[in-house]
Amino acid sequence: MKRSSLFPYVIWMTLFIVVPMFLVLYYAFTVPTDTGATWSLENFHRFFEPIYLRVLGRSLRLAVISTVICFVIGYPAAMVMAGNAFSRKNVILLLFVVPMWMNFLLRTYAWLTLLERNGVINVLLTSLRLPRLNILYTESAVVLGMVYNFLPFMVLPIYSVLSKIDKGVIEAAGDLGANSFRVFTKVVFPLSLPGVVSGVTMVFMPALTTFVISRLLGGGQFTLIGNLIEQQFLVVGDWGFGSAISVVMIVLILLSMAIMSFFEGEEKSVALW
Amino acid sequence: MVQKSRFVLLMLSLVTLSLVLTGCGQEKPTLYVYNWGDYIDEDVLGEFEKEFNMKVVYDTYSTNEDMYVKIKSGGSSYDVIFPSEYMLTRMLEEDMLEKIDLNKIPNHKHLDKRLMGTKYDPNNEYSLPYLWGTLGILYNTTMVDEEIDSWDVLWDPKYSKEILMLDSQRDSIGAALLRLGYSINTSDLGELAEAGELLKQQKPLVLAYVVDEGKDKMVAGEAVLALTWSGEAMYAIGENEDLAYVIPKEGTNIWFDVMAIPKGSKNLEGAMQFMDFLNRPEIALRNTEYVGYSTPNLAARAMLPEEVRNDRQAYPNDEDIDDAEFFIHLGDTLRHYDRVWTEVKAH
Amino acid sequence: MVRFLKRSYIYLVFAFLYMPIAVLMVYSFNDSRSRGVWGGFTLRWYVELFQDRTIMSSLYSTMFIGVTSAIIATIIGTLAAIGIHNSRGIQKRLIMNITYLPVLNPEIVTAISLMILFVFANVRLGYLTLLLAHITFNIPYVILSVLPKLRQLNKHLYEAALDLGSTPVQALWKVIIPEIMPGIITGLLLAFTLSIDDFVISFFTTGSGVSTLSITIYSMARRGINPKINALSTIMFTFVLLLLIVVNVRQAREEKKGRNGRHGSKKQIRSFDAKFGDA
Repeated sequence: MKRSSLFPYVIWMTLFIVVPMFLVLYYAFTVPTDTGATWSLENFHRFFEPIYLRVLGRSLRLAVISTVICFVIGYPAAMVMAGNAFSRKNVILLLFVVPMWMNFLLRTYAWLTLLERNGVINVLLTSLRLPRLNILYTESAVVLGMVYNFLPFMVLPIYSVLSKIDKGVIEAAGDLGANSFRVFTKVVFPLSLPGVVSGVTMVFMPALTTFVISRLLGGGQFTLIGNLIEQQFLVVGDWGFGSAISVVMIVLILLSMAIMSFFEGEEKSVALW
Repeated sequence: MVQKSRFVLLMLSLVTLSLVLTGCGQEKPTLYVYNWGDYIDEDVLGEFEKEFNMKVVYDTYSTNEDMYVKIKSGGSSYDVIFPSEYMLTRMLEEDMLEKIDLNKIPNHKHLDKRLMGTKYDPNNEYSLPYLWGTLGILYNTTMVDEEIDSWDVLWDPKYSKEILMLDSQRDSIGAALLRLGYSINTSDLGELAEAGELLKQQKPLVLAYVVDEGKDKMVAGEAVLALTWSGEAMYAIGENEDLAYVIPKEGTNIWFDVMAIPKGSKNLEGAMQFMDFLNRPEIALRNTEYVGYSTPNLAARAMLPEEVRNDRQAYPNDEDIDDAEFFIHLGDTLRHYDRVWTEVKAH
Repeated sequence: MVRFLKRSYIYLVFAFLYMPIAVLMVYSFNDSRSRGVWGGFTLRWYVELFQDRTIMSSLYSTMFIGVTSAIIATIIGTLAAIGIHNSRGIQKRLIMNITYLPVLNPEIVTAISLMILFVFANVRLGYLTLLLAHITFNIPYVILSVLPKLRQLNKHLYEAALDLGSTPVQALWKVIIPEIMPGIITGLLLAFTLSIDDFVISFFTTGSGVSTLSITIYSMARRGINPKINALSTIMFTFVLLLLIVVNVRQAREEKKGRNGRHGSKKQIRSFDAKFGDA
């Protein structure tokens, strides 16, 4: 019974994910000629030039940094939320999500107002005789924007796993002589890993392909993979090149995930008996 | 068991509801209009609907390129679109537009002859200008102590980190080309490379490559100089009187947003009635006042308040735009522009 | 003390999350169109907002698509997660990797490929295609939210239920689903959130006068986002906040009643739980 529950999804998936993906592959592997299109690796070849690889490198770096920061901020937040510091957990959970219901462009513009030279933050700082914060149009601003945008995606899955960790297990560990630190590292954290994996996935991947944040908060100075791809599709009209870049990225990431899954193992067994 | 069937019922009703919504509301003749956001006085639409007994369905887009992809794909058919001039040339080359019959648009007689019959559409067989402007420099008069009249000033180290350029390939490369005295539509790779070098040299002086947020930054006094369009400049000046706009002496680019009819339109008559309606002096007046950009409609311009219609920043004299060029679509050469631009940005 | 520190941490995080919200709410009262200058206090944007037919209709579409696509995606996604959880080997790997594709693909690629698909199938772009596209990019996030909860699940729970005489559907509905409910709720919330804020995919898969709030807002960017939008966002935010407060107050009241012994049997069950833990 449980296996058959997959059916609706498999149909949906094939139709709306697989088929469009084949379209993308078609564009990536062909080049338009006067008489139609021929199979070619030219689009991929174009990508492996230093200038584009530099763009890829920078995108990877910023995405990794943002993901790590999201984790460092988000994990403790999820822990506090799942613990007993707050009684109304649902409310706190919702409060995390609500900012994201305000339009993304609006919120990013608001960051401009906050971070500008004469923006809100600097006005506050100078009135307190503190030095100005000039991070707008630097990579830090782009990272800030990414963390701001993706933090809830990290917190939510971790929280949902942490909230239902069997308290009995924690007590048992304590009874067996472990101090709080060991309880955390040996029991709680490993049990929360599935949530962490989901969180990292939902942050890292979109962070890699975002383009609005780098455009607005980076002042257009940092071309990331997302900007490059968007440019190809819309401004230049070179769908082949754009598709090829996307395919390269997808392959890269799926490969690294395959490597990671060797370490994770097939199932993270939770039961103790 | 009960829960299962309730589930199914819920899903079915949701799907049915959505299907129903996709197919409702098609009694009166409909006009599908595709325009930039916030680019028309919306009351005008209601009046059109009443007078011509038509329903106007109004969709918006944020860039020419987005609109182009939607139209090209053919997924939805529109009757009136408002491309910029370079996009118009591209759509003409790809045969994506219907011809318009000027006899059915008598109000076109109000349009400024200087702005009609351009290189890209010599007899206005496909388009009519809607709003127009120039490309120039917006600057803060309180932060400069010299006359601003040349593209050179955007490369002046005195203004390091106080310069805003546009995150738009054609416009920024265009400014560099104009400074060098070349055509903004050049396909000479040597000239293009020179422009690229110039832009790379400029990069350390640039505060940011902005898109639409530039005007608010100038209003807030965050930068001294900005490469921008006259429409944006007029908006900024309206909010901050310290600002001024100038067309550099080396030359400028004139931009248009035009009205055109894409192929596949199901309501040609309605489209042309709409274009005629928009060119009625009172209607054109309301649109230019709402949007704040310059109108090509002379009768409407005559009805503007004096400070506006004689404002050289918004309505330049003949000498100012004597040798101004229009952007045309570059086809394959665009790849080279893109390459140059990517190099500048990744520098 | 520790509790105070923990709470402060969350408040700090919230301050970070809500700073831009505060800014945009303040600017909804700005008597100038520009973000760069404060022109004085005014309410005119709120008035103009309700007269704007485009904004109002796109608000309605956004809400409708958001709720509908979130619900449908959650249903399909939850069932899928359960199925994936019980798969093995190649089948599982394959399905998971395909599931990652919409998350991984740049939005423009998903948007354009879906658009081409619809055009190819001769489906006119409008509500239906918009809905289908939203469900498509929502499902993976639901799966990613529910899957960890399934992994956390005690694998003998289902068998135990069957052994005790329930049908598979009953076991699913009465045993599994409640256990993974936090994951389902998270998935639903994420799906709704993604849906109402999406621009790129929505833009390329809609047409015929159907516009979402995001599309309307992004289209305004060239002219400068009209403070009417700030006004709308402020209203939406205040509405949600009020809702939360009301629900909160109600819950508090109900708990008070419970403690006073009206639901005595619940108290008995709670102490049973405390002794024997989650079984």
